Amino acid sequence: MSHLFSARDVSVRFGGLQALDKLSLDVDEGTIIGLIGPNGSGKTTFFNALTGLCQTAGGQLLLDGTDITGLEPRHVYSRGVTRTFQRSRLCLSLSVFDNVVIGRQNSLDLNIVSNLLQRGRFNAAVRENHERVRALLATFSEMLAGRIFDPLHSLNMIDRRRIEVCRALVAEPRLLLLDEPSAGMTPDETHEFMDDILKVRSNNPRMSIIIIEHEMDLMRRVAERCIVLNYGRKVADGTFDAVVADPWVQEAYLGTS
Amino acid sequence: MKLTNLTTSFAVAAIGTLLTGVILVAENQWAVIGALLAAAALSIVLARLKIGMVLASVLNESSAWVALLIPLGGVIIGFALHEEDFVLMMLATVLIYGLACVGLTIQFGYAGVINFAGAAFFGIGGYTAALLGEWGIPSLLIIVAGGMVAAAIGCILILPVLRTKGHYAALITIAFGLLFRSFLEVNHTLGGPQGLKVEGASVAGHSLLDGIQLGSFQASFYLNYVLLALGVFTICFILARNLEKSWIGVNFDAVREDPIGASVFGVNVAYWRIMAFVIGNFVIGLAGAIFAMMQNFIAPSNFTFSDSLIMLSIIVLGGLGNLWAILPAAILVVVMPEKLQEIGEFRILVFAVLVVLVLRFRPSGLFPRALRKFRREVAQ
Repeated sequence: MSHLFSARDVSVRFGGLQALDKLSLDVDEGTIIGLIGPNGSGKTTFFNALTGLCQTAGGQLLLDGTDITGLEPRHVYSRGVTRTFQRSRLCLSLSVFDNVVIGRQNSLDLNIVSNLLQRGRFNAAVRENHERVRALLATFSEMLAGRIFDPLHSLNMIDRRRIEVCRALVAEPRLLLLDEPSAGMTPDETHEFMDDILKVRSNNPRMSIIIIEHEMDLMRRVAERCIVLNYGRKVADGTFDAVVADPWVQEAYLGTS
Repeated sequence: MKLTNLTTSFAVAAIGTLLTGVILVAENQWAVIGALLAAAALSIVLARLKIGMVLASVLNESSAWVALLIPLGGVIIGFALHEEDFVLMMLATVLIYGLACVGLTIQFGYAGVINFAGAAFFGIGGYTAALLGEWGIPSLLIIVAGGMVAAAIGCILILPVLRTKGHYAALITIAFGLLFRSFLEVNHTLGGPQGLKVEGASVAGHSLLDGIQLGSFQASFYLNYVLLALGVFTICFILARNLEKSWIGVNFDAVREDPIGASVFGVNVAYWRIMAFVIGNFVIGLAGAIFAMMQNFIAPSNFTFSDSLIMLSIIVLGGLGNLWAILPAAILVVVMPEKLQEIGEFRILVFAVLVVLVLRFRPSGLFPRALRKFRREVAQ
């Protein structure tokens, strides 16, 4: 069976540092993969390489069998890969709507003449996108949907995370990358956010998700398979229980008892 | 406070028109300072009562027709003072600089592309008007050509700008501005340091450099240029407003705020930077062509680095990205130094202190940009 996404011997080097060392992994359609490992083990670098934000020094990234290695970020996006960032990259001075709607880049009419002069058509497009964004926000919280034209900087941490996830979801991606979504959230918020991810999952059964997370409770609940990285190498791959039972993982990551 | 958008907009326009008129006609130094203090007090009161932001969003969210209050106010002032040459010249200069600042707002305020060579593109428009004027081409075409030549030359400058980031991009535009001036000074076809005579604009065979004579109504020829600048300013203002309230405006903002984040969501960052730069230079070029026609004469000394800084200080003082802030700030920056002639060189000092005070106490400008909300579009 062919995989939705495969990494084949992917390496990334920053000067003398081998950030990713011949990493190979496969993601099937509709699965949630958890990516764990100590700080500096190359998890975020893997996301950056996959989304075209950093150059690979070798290996191949395949999406649906086609090579996406070295594509510019916006072309990776066009093939259906979206992500969130560990330190959120939202536009704080813009409204919630603007932040989310940018994720629909490929469906927006960007012709300069029609944007400037055909305002009736533009208004219709705004209404359609507003409806879509509102509905998406409402799946997370009805309160958030009501704040669609509020400035982003007025939102708290969990709502900002939700906006980031919405921006990634509104493009209807095939592969969603979540980079440490619980960072900066309280335990209660993390718990709430877990429910959100499971909701996203049940709403989009064919979408695959790779999630980087340090929060083990979250991983146990959402990840169907876990991959452990250390020094840019894959050191374990299996179900959450199998991976955490691995004595090497326990020592390197969870600490020895 | 529940006011309809229309009443509020009319009130703002009326106060703005009145203050502008008072500042324009005031001869006495103390009257000027008084009007400025009144404007400052107004600005502080508006900020304290948080009315400033409310007004900004009212203006931002109402229909594009509210922009027509600008020509309305301009025409009222223009006709009320139709015999005052100097006042009308200042009013026209404010509108022309304001037009150039609409271009800079698109570049710097929206897409975050810094341009320290505003005066150079302004000059390109002016020199285009000077060269084409000799051939008897219709004035409106010459103005548009001024914009197009500025945009085309900007296309070349954007290449090195895109390859650099932040301060380095700014340095490239500074270098371009200086090069442009040196080029003019050594180029004899363009008149060298002495400059060139420019054919004035004409409408249906009537030169706009002649005064107006309609029955018993007599007006300064500057009224012609006030009306011309007002017309072009209003058209560009409305188009720039539509641009901001469009998907392109959303993309510009995303590119300015976080180019890396935007690129991951499919935004073609380089393309939007080029677009903003080209559209902006087009508008600056239009302004330069009108300026040259009104002055009837241009020289390299009209287009110096400090003129570029004056243009940038207008949009920064007013409120970066807020089109409505351009005219008030242009009045402050263009008219105030003229009115304070008597204190001589101290006026530069006064201006510098003003800039420092505004940046210290109102870092996002006197009239900060309002959040874009598509409420009106959704409701329709």
